[in-house]
Amino acid sequence: MSDHDAARNAEAREAVLGRIRVALADRPASPPVPRDYERALPATVSITDLFAQRVGDYRAEVQRSSAVGLPATLAAVLARRRVRRLATPTDVPPSWLAAADVERVTDDPPLTFEQLDGVDGVITGCAVAIAETGTVILDAGPAQGRRAISLLPDVHICVVMANQVVGTVTEALERLDPTRPQTWISGPSATSDIELHRVEGVHGPRILDVVLVKD
Amino acid sequence: MTSSAGTGPPPTPRRDRAERTFDGTPPFPEAARRALADDQLRANLGRATTTIRTKRAAAVGERADWEALRLAGAAIKDEVLHDLPAQLERFEQAVTTAGGIVHWARDATEANAIVAAIVRDHGATEVVKVKSMATQEIELNEALRLEGIDVWETDLAELIVQLGHDLPSHILVPAIHRNRTEIRDIFIDEMGRVGRPAPTGLGSDPAELAEAARLHLREKFLRARVAISGANFGVADTGSVVVLESEGNGRMCLTLPEVLITVMGVEKLVPTWQDLEVFLQLLPRSSTAERMNPYTSIWTGVTPGDGPQTFHLILLDNGRTDVLSDPTGRQALRCIRCSACLNVCPVYERTGGQAYGSAYPGPIGAILTPQLRGIAKHPVDAQTASLPYASSLCGACFDACPVRIDIPEVLVHLRGQIVRHSEATHRVPTTEAAGMRVAAWTLRTPRRLGLAERVAGLAGRVVGRRGRIGRMRGPWPVSAWFAARNLTTPARESFRAWWRRTHGGRVGGGNP
Amino acid sequence: MRVALFITCYNDLLYPEVGRAMVRLLRRLGHDVAFPAEQTCCGQMHYNSGYQDACIPLVQRFTAAFAGYDAVVTPSGSCASMVRRYHPAVAQLAVEQGEGAAIVQDVAALAPRVFELSEFLIDVLGVTDVGASFPHSVAFHPTCHSTRLLGVGDRPIRLLSAVDGLTLVDLPRSDACCGFGGTFAVKNPDTSVAIGHDKVDDVLGSGAEVLTAGDTSCLMHIGGLLSRRGSPVRVMHMAEILAATGTDG
Repeated sequence: MSDHDAARNAEAREAVLGRIRVALADRPASPPVPRDYERALPATVSITDLFAQRVGDYRAEVQRSSAVGLPATLAAVLARRRVRRLATPTDVPPSWLAAADVERVTDDPPLTFEQLDGVDGVITGCAVAIAETGTVILDAGPAQGRRAISLLPDVHICVVMANQVVGTVTEALERLDPTRPQTWISGPSATSDIELHRVEGVHGPRILDVVLVKD
Repeated sequence: MTSSAGTGPPPTPRRDRAERTFDGTPPFPEAARRALADDQLRANLGRATTTIRTKRAAAVGERADWEALRLAGAAIKDEVLHDLPAQLERFEQAVTTAGGIVHWARDATEANAIVAAIVRDHGATEVVKVKSMATQEIELNEALRLEGIDVWETDLAELIVQLGHDLPSHILVPAIHRNRTEIRDIFIDEMGRVGRPAPTGLGSDPAELAEAARLHLREKFLRARVAISGANFGVADTGSVVVLESEGNGRMCLTLPEVLITVMGVEKLVPTWQDLEVFLQLLPRSSTAERMNPYTSIWTGVTPGDGPQTFHLILLDNGRTDVLSDPTGRQALRCIRCSACLNVCPVYERTGGQAYGSAYPGPIGAILTPQLRGIAKHPVDAQTASLPYASSLCGACFDACPVRIDIPEVLVHLRGQIVRHSEATHRVPTTEAAGMRVAAWTLRTPRRLGLAERVAGLAGRVVGRRGRIGRMRGPWPVSAWFAARNLTTPARESFRAWWRRTHGGRVGGGNP
Repeated sequence: MRVALFITCYNDLLYPEVGRAMVRLLRRLGHDVAFPAEQTCCGQMHYNSGYQDACIPLVQRFTAAFAGYDAVVTPSGSCASMVRRYHPAVAQLAVEQGEGAAIVQDVAALAPRVFELSEFLIDVLGVTDVGASFPHSVAFHPTCHSTRLLGVGDRPIRLLSAVDGLTLVDLPRSDACCGFGGTFAVKNPDTSVAIGHDKVDDVLGSGAEVLTAGDTSCLMHIGGLLSRRGSPVRVMHMAEILAATGTDG
């Protein structure tokens, strides 16, 4: 900001804060926030089962796999989606793709948009997943990479470990680091803007495959 | 896929065509009358609002604790509003620490100037934009156009509205007044002027149209160096900004360009990170009627190597402090822009959003727009003053509002302000005010009321036929009633006259 | 129990038969209501239109007229909601304008004792079968203020269901507003009528001979549209049906 801009900004800041203080001259009280809403699911609910079901409700495909069977499962998913060139974060566990017949395009050095546009799919892990809403959350943490790489390719395969699944939004927020850039994903992209007719796949990946790993 | 231009002539700059604004919308009764005559609008709106309403009811019904969420949402928003200076300062500090640059804008002009300066400083002549009601409110697109900057709307509906040189009619589905063949025609006619043309032989199937939008916008996403967004929430504690969306254009704009400019109303804060748990549950179920919308992006300042490396956040007043100054009216600032109130409103369902002449239509618009335009401090123009009366006070909006804004209460409150302003500025009372004064005078004592009833009873004998008055000519309000409705003839003998006659003047009331 | 009848200004003028029906009905149930003649109006029209100051003398008169009664019953859900929900606000306004503070207590004492008809019958008298006979098909329109401000719920339906010979017909989209809205009906007539026409279509589609409700204001609007369309469907206030014993009707 130039000096002139900084001066204008400071003046505007004082003006707005001043107006707010005047507006609140009646000193309204804020009673404590009542928090009687649910913050966790009942203990009887199988979190992973619910997650698998809810992810499917929003038209993402869900596969279940054991840890040992993961490479084979991923290889099958990649083959089914006809992914030949696969973008990967730099720290994707090598074992994941041990059985896959794909050309790995790793994000190091960082891939250009054209390069990302030119791959068939991307594979990531996640930071946490929410059962109640069928959501996977990426926060650029381990095996997730930066945001652009899971945005441009048309197929996104997301590996979710059972111990990463929580029941509710509350529990997910508790686990997340607010300062990390996050993308909360609940199904493939969609729009209902045309006559309210739901269409899947607009700008984000048109296909989302979730592989839930549980022993 | 490479981003190549189509094989047609180079795009004509859009800058020579002014962006439409709501200026010139007549007062609501007139605007509504025109909208009501638009059969396609009514059909589309009726279908859309009925569908969303039903879906929302199902999504909300799934949560036995929905009322508890509403109560928490309202209380959290009130907590922020009552403590706003401290919350904003904390937020500003957190954003700055995380590498963002915070600007303050007193009004639309200032906000637009800040945005334009940033865009110019980066040598950019085009920006991609995520749907943002705040930027619509300040008419940012038009301001940038005048500065020689192209603004590409990237939400499908906003794209349709922009290409069609149109105005939005709904908060959530702004192009709902258009049908698919109109959208196809708009794409065919206009896409080539501003970028990749629509595919030849484009049909009107919604999936095809969405695909055409995907292709058309892709090259803009990949080449844009500056993006503009709004914000659904800002977290005061952490400086995090939250944007909810469905299509992925948000992710594109928020991730790919080097520079991100976010315009955020000062009321959009929540106090803590954990408070998002309430709003990330209230908003998706109330707006798109889902458990969760497809994409939510959350970022804090700048993250090296990931996303925009320059982040500007503009905190916008533009009348919000006026809203805040009214103890009854300030609850309107709780609004999280879900549009649930629009979808249950019998008025909005039939007139659509353009009749309200504001970026904010429907029930929330009827209370927010006049307040943003300063009604707490001074009289407002006739169009703005007509908005609080654009309601039958049925109360469905209050029932639907996830943050419990008592819209009917605020509507009546604003009507009171309008009447007071009118009395102060009219030396001769308006017809309505005079009529209300006469009515109030008449109703003050039973004697006067009885007299009026006798007069009306007599008049009824003259104009009534078999207990009914049909078409009757006369000035307002007579004309307004009888244009389409009959009326019962005033009774020959009012109830109180009957009682007096049959009860010998006694009050009556025995004990059982 | 001393019960007073609040007839409401527009029923007094336009629908006195509703008041007579109330008297007949309650007498049959063993209650001779009083009619304090000092009553005029609850002030709702002025309040909702923004002329809140004009309500002050009306609320004062209302409060004085009905002081001392154990219960006040009215054939208007919207007027009952005005009294219970908004008379306290008008009382506060009165004090701000220099009236004595007693009005606030007086309103607070009276307001909870003001009942819409179906509330009075079921909650206060504990009666659901009022001994009525009305052999017709009837659709019920739940008026917005009764439903949302008073929360009368299914009380009217329960009362009508117990009426001998009455066939209760389902009214589609029953919770949709009729479009009357007080002065809205004449300030935004086109929209008011458009909303009303959809309600009329639902009424006609239901096949009912009679449309009833707990507010004649809404019935005046829907009835006015039905009448203009030449429909033979009758509109009657719920009180008239509950008062009917088959010898009239």
